[in-house]
Amino acid sequence: MESHDLDLDHDSVYDGLLGGDPSQWAFGTDFEDPLAGVDTTIPAGVDGATLAAYCLMLGDDALVYAHRLSEWTSNAPDLEDDIALANIALDLLGQARLLLARAAAADAGVVPGLPEGSPVPAEDALAFFRDELAFRNVRFVEAVNGDFAVTIARLLLFATHRLALLQGLVPSVDPVLAAIAAKGVKEVTYHRDYAARWFVTLAQGTDESRRRLLAGLQTVWPTYAELFRCSDVEAVAARQAFGVDPRVLEPEVDAVVDHVLATSGLERPDLPPSGTRPLGREGQHTEAMGHLLAELQVVARAHPMGKW
Amino acid sequence: MSALAVAATVTDPEMPMLTLVDLGVLRDVAEDGEHVTVTITPTYSGCPAMATMRDDLRHALHTAGYADVDVRVSLSPAWSSDWITERGRRKLKAHGLSAPGPAPTGPIPLTLVPTRRAIDCPRCGSAAVRLTSEFGPTACKALYQCTDCLEPFEHVKEI
Repeated sequence: MESHDLDLDHDSVYDGLLGGDPSQWAFGTDFEDPLAGVDTTIPAGVDGATLAAYCLMLGDDALVYAHRLSEWTSNAPDLEDDIALANIALDLLGQARLLLARAAAADAGVVPGLPEGSPVPAEDALAFFRDELAFRNVRFVEAVNGDFAVTIARLLLFATHRLALLQGLVPSVDPVLAAIAAKGVKEVTYHRDYAARWFVTLAQGTDESRRRLLAGLQTVWPTYAELFRCSDVEAVAARQAFGVDPRVLEPEVDAVVDHVLATSGLERPDLPPSGTRPLGREGQHTEAMGHLLAELQVVARAHPMGKW
Repeated sequence: MSALAVAATVTDPEMPMLTLVDLGVLRDVAEDGEHVTVTITPTYSGCPAMATMRDDLRHALHTAGYADVDVRVSLSPAWSSDWITERGRRKLKAHGLSAPGPAPTGPIPLTLVPTRRAIDCPRCGSAAVRLTSEFGPTACKALYQCTDCLEPFEHVKEI
């Protein structure tokens, strides 16, 4: 009888498990364009490079914040909130994927170069192979999570802002951006409600929960103003009617935040905004961003030819 | 079998009792000689089941003899839980899940108290149910428990 060397049968012990039917892998066997079949022609009167830069800003906000929120997975106070924060992160990651793909379709020049033959799609190249200076997210989303109360305070401000922003983008002259926004509105509505309910619950809970929430609000408040600072790209985006000037969102967002604060029996923190320029939008980030990107990118960067 | 009939047999990977037609995800199947173009719409922006749906559609059509299959994405109009068919809703209930009510329209209210939904326990039919979480094991579901028979169950969210 011939000896049978198992090690020589397969390169990997998992080879052959599926009898050669690759359709059973949960995430498919190939990268697919999330905008496959979508008409990504740049509308008349819209500058493609500015559209790409604008989509990177909104996509990076979602990507970086999704990563932060995903850090709660297996660490949240209870299972329901673990699942909730992971779901919110997943929704934002989906929005990021579409927005980064839209950026790449509008201007291929924004996509980092990869070795020839790399199977990494454009939106992954943007997420995993850009350096810190090329990220255009607000600093607000890159800060470390802190405790659950800090997270809820930040999520309330972020989701309230993003819901107003996405609603403002529904009439965008770019039909792709308009469609991504219309879909996102439905998702972020749930995020805002979740954060607002927890905010009120913590404020009206115990002395300790209220103390922590107040501390959380004071932690995030100085950077809140950054969400309404208008970069040059956003100003052009608003002029060309495919984007929104963030300054116009402030009254609407403030009204919702003030309503939640009033219900919670809290006042706006009396703290000055940190800085006056949209530094994150210009690629100037805080120390936290480097650590975040290291974790986000390390595996993809180690395998630029990798298929997942 | 027509390409449409084949595509209509493909099921959702997370809720396999529903076909993509029941779920309202299959938007169009166009047959042009050898070439088939299937159009699907994502339920949620980040739903990881999309890739599997695409692969399953391609696999089913290849197996049925359609060699040239193109699966496309339609983003607009955005998917709504209203698109789940009556048959889909009956199947959800038969499998212990609660079907969504009408999707919200118009201005978006801030809701500071837990969402009230008029839903019944899919096991015992009691209307005495309690929301345990607005977020569930997949993006499209909330978690409930029946306070009469104590059955925990999933509710497909209105979106």
